[in-house]
Amino acid sequence: MLRKIIAVFAACLAAVSPLRAPAQADEAAVLDVAVLTQGVEPRPALSNLVLPPPDSGLLGARLAIADNNTTGRFMKQRFEVHEAVIEWNGDAVAAFRRLAARGYRFFVVNVSADALLAIADLPEARDVLIFNAGAPDDRLRVDDCRPNVLHTLPSRAMSTDALAQYLAWKRWRNWFLVVGRRPGDRRYAEAVKRAARRFGARIVAEKSWDYGPDARRTAQAEVPVFTQEVDYDVLFVADEIGEFGEYLMYRTWTPRLVVGTQGLVATTWTPVHEQWGAAQLQSRFVKAYGRSMNGLDYTVWLAVRALGEGATRSRSTAFEAVAAYLGDERFGLAGFKGQKLTFRRWNGQLRQPVLLATPPSIVSVSPQPAFLHERSYLDTLGYDEPESNCRLAAQAPAWQR
Amino acid sequence: MRLPHLAIAALGLLAAAAQAATVYVSNEKDNTISVIDADSFAVTATVPVGQRPRGIALSHDKRLLYICTSDSEHIEVLDLETLKVVKTLPSGPDPELLALHPSGNPLYVANEDDNMVTVVDVEKGVVITETPVGVEPEGMGISPDGKVLVNTSETTNMAHFIDTATYQIFDNVLVDARPRVAEFTADGKLVWVSSEIGGTVSVIDVATREVRARIGFEIAGIRAESIQPVGVKITADGALAFVALGPANRVAVIDARTYEVKKYLLVGQRVWNLALTPDERLLFTTNGVSNDVSVIDVGRLKTVKSITVGRFPWGVVVR
Repeated sequence: MLRKIIAVFAACLAAVSPLRAPAQADEAAVLDVAVLTQGVEPRPALSNLVLPPPDSGLLGARLAIADNNTTGRFMKQRFEVHEAVIEWNGDAVAAFRRLAARGYRFFVVNVSADALLAIADLPEARDVLIFNAGAPDDRLRVDDCRPNVLHTLPSRAMSTDALAQYLAWKRWRNWFLVVGRRPGDRRYAEAVKRAARRFGARIVAEKSWDYGPDARRTAQAEVPVFTQEVDYDVLFVADEIGEFGEYLMYRTWTPRLVVGTQGLVATTWTPVHEQWGAAQLQSRFVKAYGRSMNGLDYTVWLAVRALGEGATRSRSTAFEAVAAYLGDERFGLAGFKGQKLTFRRWNGQLRQPVLLATPPSIVSVSPQPAFLHERSYLDTLGYDEPESNCRLAAQAPAWQR
Repeated sequence: MRLPHLAIAALGLLAAAAQAATVYVSNEKDNTISVIDADSFAVTATVPVGQRPRGIALSHDKRLLYICTSDSEHIEVLDLETLKVVKTLPSGPDPELLALHPSGNPLYVANEDDNMVTVVDVEKGVVITETPVGVEPEGMGISPDGKVLVNTSETTNMAHFIDTATYQIFDNVLVDARPRVAEFTADGKLVWVSSEIGGTVSVIDVATREVRARIGFEIAGIRAESIQPVGVKITADGALAFVALGPANRVAVIDARTYEVKKYLLVGQRVWNLALTPDERLLFTTNGVSNDVSVIDVGRLKTVKSITVGRFPWGVVVR
């Protein structure tokens, strides 16, 4: 009954939509996706020669649109992407407003947590759906959840839990925590400490790295001294933008491994992930764009594919129908991780296995088999329902009220 | 798997009763084909082929084996008497699975990277045409009369019904996530499509393209995410179906008339593809992670043997 009402409502909306004339019988129905991505602050590079691609995320959207359109040919559906890129110090809220003014209702954003919340709370965002593809902040999943926001990238706690499970399995329990100078580094360090408590590890020492951002020529002298007189199994580094973490490896006083934001990292995607058919997505991406797919490309791809899946399964491109399907128990996304990915109903987080990787290889994939859960093993990663203050399932999104 | 002596003795009797058959297995990471004697279960030869062999199919006269050597981007043709690759066929990029027309020609190839099904004339060695399908084409099933080809696309999540006379898609059926294999029943009335991530098998009526049944699986002690259906084989009398369940390390035995799962047989790790002997007494499974082939006694519904082959055994056929 409810579905019928939604369908009727959707049909009415489609008829009055300022964006599209009602689709002709032989004409494809269109689903518009707006992608808003904010650049990162210029930062010291490990090498001037290796810089992150400026089109990160956008290419993931374009590939997902192409994938959706291949399927759309058979469904009489068409998908279009509308891109907006803003500078690292640009106004994300204003950029969102401009897109919303054009009538788009599906958004994929790569902005800071603060900007995301400012956007989600705008009056213009009341009847839209926003995919967070770039902000790992746990507060967006624990305290500051929004009914119009879904998250396709893992939170910091999911990443540190993924590493912690593996370290627990290895019985490498004594961690030396090294924290960078940025707020994100401190939040990552908090997630590391939480993971240690959860999985029975000990932070045997904690130090802040304050040797400045560019240690290219000085690391060999500084790191041995910095890591002296600590007895530990692994060095857990919190350096999200990569100011110094890479310099720690091979330079510690004792020969120890580095994990965290560098060394063995927890990530949702890496160019060397090939299991579960991932090689196909990787080669499709490289063939189309001439570079490898990175994490942001993947989390944006997931968001746009989730919309494609919603449109295919609901057999509609109408906002209400697609959004309703994403919230339905039947929703499950194939994301080349060996199992279907679903959204946590209490906070909108996409459940997903997390890859533990070094640049040339996948070391393991968490959750580790030994960690059990009553609902989904994937819920051993990050804040579980009882630990989160969010109860989105009980809070119908604005468009369903 | 180690078997008690008694079981091995029983196996000997059973093998003697079976008619001579030969099993061919593609080893994806070793770039080889393992040849197994279906009587003695001995590996009699290991044949080097092109890179990343996956889907394999026998020629009409059973003298040749067509091999999708995916990373070599062509089909290799193995002469089964000399065990030499005698020619290559064009295939389009990244060929993965294939189906041969019941008349012996043409060959239909799924091009996983290219969203195409390529139709290859095996006599002339040329591409006849290409049919655009969904994203990541994979499963290939051909109706016994050769009139209907079903291709599955893993990311589009559809079974595409292709008219082999016109090479055009005439219908698309949505199935659960990541459809892997399409297998017709011997009477051509139904096609079974396995969905690896969806964890189900859809049974589609070929005439109406309606999903007649959606078969789910439940195994005590195995988490639902590990149940990933891939290979499907149905006995010629339409009584029994076997479905390989991937990392659940089981083959499901299904009553193919009621769609009721009767039994789960433990096999090697990550079981993907299946092949029956011509007399349907034995079923062979490729187990990609344990690098072996399990042998199932169809009469007793028991796994009776495992045979070590190369790394990542993928496709299997029995001559």
